[in-house]
Amino acid sequence: MIGVVGTVPDPDFPLVTGETRLESDSITIRGKQIPVNRGTPALLAAAIKTAQMLKQGPPFAYLVGDVGLGHGSRRLYEYLIGHLGKRDFSTLVFHYLQPDVDWHNRVLFAVEEMERRPVLIADAGFMYAAKMSGQSSQYDLFTPDMGELAFLADEEAPHPFYTRGFILHEENRAPKLIARAYTHKNAARCLLVKGKQDYVADRQGIQTTIDNPMEEAMEAIGGTGDTLTGIVTALIGNGMAVVKAATIAAKVNRLAGHYANPTPAMQVLEMVQHIPRALSEILQRG
Amino acid sequence: MSFFKRLTSRKKKTETSCKADRGILVFEHTSEVIKAESILKKAGWNIRVMGPPPEIRSGCDLVIEIPLIEKLNILRTLENIGTSPMEIVPVSSPLLQPVDLFQNKDFGKYLMIRAANMKLTVEKETQTIVNISGGGCPDVPYLASKMVGMSLNEAPSPREIGHTLCGYALQLAYEEMKRR
Repeated sequence: MIGVVGTVPDPDFPLVTGETRLESDSITIRGKQIPVNRGTPALLAAAIKTAQMLKQGPPFAYLVGDVGLGHGSRRLYEYLIGHLGKRDFSTLVFHYLQPDVDWHNRVLFAVEEMERRPVLIADAGFMYAAKMSGQSSQYDLFTPDMGELAFLADEEAPHPFYTRGFILHEENRAPKLIARAYTHKNAARCLLVKGKQDYVADRQGIQTTIDNPMEEAMEAIGGTGDTLTGIVTALIGNGMAVVKAATIAAKVNRLAGHYANPTPAMQVLEMVQHIPRALSEILQRG
Repeated sequence: MSFFKRLTSRKKKTETSCKADRGILVFEHTSEVIKAESILKKAGWNIRVMGPPPEIRSGCDLVIEIPLIEKLNILRTLENIGTSPMEIVPVSSPLLQPVDLFQNKDFGKYLMIRAANMKLTVEKETQTIVNISGGGCPDVPYLASKMVGMSLNEAPSPREIGHTLCGYALQLAYEEMKRR
């Protein structure tokens, strides 16, 4: 089973845990509905679609309302510390959470106490906290975009907002930024870098570059990185090796975007509907 | 690894990294520090007053350590009592400056502006905000839910309703978009 930890942009949404379903344009968990726009609900929607295709069970989610004040995230961190040890996940992904180094470390200790160590994935705010904590190498996969890759590569920056100018991203600098992130121990064992071109990399360097199909509009659409993280999480949860899963996920996400015929005004849910077709096609290609 | 070694390793990891997400508010006068400390503590933030690190060469003899991620919310709280710090810098590297580069992408009918990790896209003709992407703090989906679909002039600004550094970066993109 895969576990998903994240937040919902509703200050009144309580801390809820359970299996998730995708119904029309909403995620359903314990009778509560959350619209799929971007963020963790978009990750869940993509993971559910992928899991269905792979005949897997639905993701188990830990969700709480947080609009950036951090109260919800901290309540969720506390809950995880008390409850993670009782669960068994093959893959666990941490997503839109208030970056907080102290809580991050405590959650990581709780993961260490789990009977079976899951494949660990971090994206968004939790990836920021993982980098700041100096414990990136404890993770199996990070899924940064190019701006976030520059942040990982900058050993000084506590947040992408403070990435130094000389490191700031340019697409053709990806190999150097990846190498720098590994040199300073600020990368997970595998990186899936999202951008105009997607890169799958590890300590040895870039393993795969995925640039087809190319839809320029995808960069502007909120949530397309979240869907990529959802797809790769479900693939890894199905037993696929991390590097292979990252490569396939990048291809599927791009193809699903292509089938949605995107404009910069498109919303990510339109793309989610095309994930099954794209996944089927990519898996058939081998 | 033995239990003792694990405990020692944990303690070391925690000690070395626990400052990485903290920031420093630098004020001109000590009276402002006292006023800010009082209001921030009352609002429930985990803060502390301390001497400035050697890299800080301006301001008074005291600074306030804050959770840096929550910069936007803290600034707004201080503005409400008429106090603004001279500078906000990361504890780990006080000389770091916020990103000040903007990148634009012209899609013809749409314009996207990126500031740090945040991207704002607007339909040129109607000035409608059509998308917000990037970022990783929990106020990003919230900001998008409040701003997408509204015109630049009608939408609430990230400064008003955002809380984090991602919200602050989006504010910069929003201001740059309005400037154009």
